[in-house]
Amino acid sequence: MSADPAEAQNAAPHQDAARPRLSPARVLDVDPLLDDPKTRIVVCCGAGGVGKTTTAAALGLRAAERGRKVVVLTIDPAKRLAQSMGIDSLDNVPRRVKGTEGDGELHAMMLDMKRTFDEVVEAHADRERAAAILANPFYQSLSAGFAGTQEYMAMEKLGQLRAKDEWDLIVVDTPPSRSALDFLDAPKRLGSFLDGRLIRLLTAPAKLGGRAGMAFLNVGMSMMTGTLGKLLGGQLLKDVQTFVAAMDTTFGGFRTRADATYKLLQAPGTAFLVVAAPERDALREAAYFVERLAAEDMPLMGLVLNRVHGSGAGRLSAERALAAAENLEDPRIVDQGDGKAGLRNSPDTYGSSGTHAAEEPARPATETAAQPTAETTAEAEAPSAAETAATASAEGSPADTERSVDRLTAGLLRLHADRMQLLSREQRTRGRFTARHPEVAVVEVPALPGDVHDLVGLRDIGDRLAAGRPEHT
Amino acid sequence: MSRLQVVSGKGGTGKTTVAAALALALATEGKRTLLVEVEGRQGIAQLFETEALPYEERKIAVAPGGGEVYALAIDPELALLDYLQMFYKLGGAGRALKKLGAIDFATTIAPGLRDVLLTGKACEAVRRKDRSGRFAYDYVVMDAPPTGRITRFLNVNDEVAGLAKIGPIHNQAQAVMRVLKSPETAVHLVTLLEEMPVQETADGIAELRAARLPVGRVIVNMVRPEVLDAADLELVRTVERSSVAQALSAAGLGGARRGGNAEKLVDPLLDQAAEYAERYALEQEQRTVLGELDLPLHELPLLAEGMDLAGLYELATELRKQGLS
Ligand SMILES: Nc1ncnc2c1ncn2[C@@H]1O[C@H](COP(=O)(O)OP(=O)(O)OP(=O)(O)O)[C@@H](O)[C@H]1O
Ligand SMILES: Nc1ncnc2c1ncn2[C@@H]1O[C@H](COP(=O)(O)OP(=O)(O)OP(=O)(O)O)[C@@H](O)[C@H]1O
Ligand SMILES: [Mg+2]
Ligand SMILES: [Mg+2]
Repeated sequence: MSADPAEAQNAAPHQDAARPRLSPARVLDVDPLLDDPKTRIVVCCGAGGVGKTTTAAALGLRAAERGRKVVVLTIDPAKRLAQSMGIDSLDNVPRRVKGTEGDGELHAMMLDMKRTFDEVVEAHADRERAAAILANPFYQSLSAGFAGTQEYMAMEKLGQLRAKDEWDLIVVDTPPSRSALDFLDAPKRLGSFLDGRLIRLLTAPAKLGGRAGMAFLNVGMSMMTGTLGKLLGGQLLKDVQTFVAAMDTTFGGFRTRADATYKLLQAPGTAFLVVAAPERDALREAAYFVERLAAEDMPLMGLVLNRVHGSGAGRLSAERALAAAENLEDPRIVDQGDGKAGLRNSPDTYGSSGTHAAEEPARPATETAAQPTAETTAEAEAPSAAETAATASAEGSPADTERSVDRLTAGLLRLHADRMQLLSREQRTRGRFTARHPEVAVVEVPALPGDVHDLVGLRDIGDRLAAGRPEHT
Repeated sequence: MSRLQVVSGKGGTGKTTVAAALALALATEGKRTLLVEVEGRQGIAQLFETEALPYEERKIAVAPGGGEVYALAIDPELALLDYLQMFYKLGGAGRALKKLGAIDFATTIAPGLRDVLLTGKACEAVRRKDRSGRFAYDYVVMDAPPTGRITRFLNVNDEVAGLAKIGPIHNQAQAVMRVLKSPETAVHLVTLLEEMPVQETADGIAELRAARLPVGRVIVNMVRPEVLDAADLELVRTVERSSVAQALSAAGLGGARRGGNAEKLVDPLLDQAAEYAERYALEQEQRTVLGELDLPLHELPLLAEGMDLAGLYELATELRKQGLS
């Protein structure tokens, strides 16, 4: 039997998929950016659940352990992560994180959006007026979670931290939202709404009425406030009016404020990191975001492809693994192996240890299944006496044990086939992104078997973020 | 079987997918279903690979056996305008309101109003009859907001209490609540076998029950196939490396002795099995938690090749097999 044609057929198409780490067009190395004193703000963006918070915390820790004084602003971190960083108390100020290595410092906090909003009000109004605003029912529902409030307040907090100038580097996590773009758009949307034409009209109909030509509008307005009043309840509308009037005199406009923090994102020293999972939706989202950053002249640091799968047995393709599994599950073949340990070995076509990936004995599935096992094992080496003994001494008769080991091994091979299929899907998805954005540097972070919830885990992620390979192994 | 089937669940667990599959499953054998979207994201259009849906009921699929699935993406602004026309006979003023952004304004500053309009429209479709007195739709399936908001969303009565104590909105809210709190409605929750979504499901059910909203079934989505069972995993921990090497070799994967190709596969394959075992244990734990909820449980497989129309029909068939329709 000739292994050669099969081998060629086998090696070529699966070589890429087989590589545990996909080779990127450009590899992102985060260290130079984290070390650069000119880098002052790093923003981690991405679709929901992809690993923004984890990445932000890992980057912060890494920068701190490389000597910088860092603050991480996290948003809704998982409870265990918050606890292990000592930021689970909600006081809305950064805390020094204990247990970091090296000379740098890591501070961290989690955003309390209501409290941040309250602080803004308190900072801009005298006590009496502030109290009135804080008590306003419309303000209360606005600050407790209006669409966009969390994004608005994340930007606000970022502005505050930056203004303090206490840290070399601020790493910002972004709120969970469907779209990464929300972080950029929601504050403006909310700002425009609160400063909008309609709210102005509603709050100042008297002023308008004084001007010639506006009388018509005024009639329209009163009809409208009437209708809206009926719909919304007169009180709600009054609350909105009072709120806007009070904020106006103290706050100087929501839109202006949103614009000011937005500018911070365009300032030199700010870099964006897009986080995505190697899935179609997440990468499409990432592509939109990359395009938007380019349009806004905001610098993109690169893409973190998080939770990428690998395999230690990447040279064994899915197809071969499945074929081999079928071999083992075929009772005819198992029967032949029964008790005859000498037959349970097939040749390494090119001998043993020095074998390269491409030199794996490659027999296509169909052929293997069709041929009697004895033929292919003709030149098999006999297993060592110790190995045979070990097999035989396991529970049950040797034949039973062998059968259950075969069943298990078939399972291991099917598991591997699934893994390889996942790997190549991830690679295809990634390929589509790279084709669209070859300019974007990418780093892959493997999917770890468990959650990331302590400094050790964050350090591990940090190591993998630096050039995409673990340092301490 | 309740005529209004509401599908909620944690974000990203598959609400839209499951709602669509359910609408297909319920339409089988000549029935007519309406699939309703309330979040304005055109998720249904994307799933059925059609252009964006207008605010209009539209046939989007034919079910096996000749049934029909209609879809509707409810636009709260347009629903509010409809509504104003109906009760206040606004005429041109309605258009002016829209132009000024008043409609958007109203639904924005009073999110409760939006919910009244959305649920109101869905309930209207549930109750609607044709001339012969037959229901226009046999079932209405709603792709609803996520677990965190579902109770508030459906509990429009409470919301509306702060808005309108009398008048048409108030009356409509009452009518809506009569449908939502009756056996005419069932709220299903979609989850994954992961800690956070399962926790959210448990919390969501408690909230729904406290609000006396009818909880239906729990649908576990994206369930991975069981490649190794508990017995296999037990064996993974005790098995001799050398006998696995021999089995691999017997399967034609190279030499079993040290350094042989089959032998070199053993460690990585066992590592993968260990990872699998870790996940398996976590999933079993979550299954136990879900089992304690005392609700009918269903599982839908993870479609390895990703979702497409064919996959959707596959999930619909699976739902039928499991007696959901
Ligand atoms: N590379 C990884 N390997 C394993 N688990 C990971 C990895 N990255 C993140 N996780 C886990 O995935 C979960 C979600 O991560 P994280 O909270 O960082 O996502 P997020 O993007 O901030 O989500 P959200 O949009 O909800 O804020 C967490 O439990 C985290 O521990
Ligand atoms: N059984 C399944 N097998 C494979 N992929 C699935 C399955 N169910 C859902 N998906 C995929 O998972 C993703 C999320 O599904 P879907 O959009 O239905 O979730 P959702 O809960 O409606 O999300 P959102 O909260 O964003 O509205 C989609 O890409 C969908 O194609
Ligand atoms: Mg997060
Ligand atoms: Mg959806």
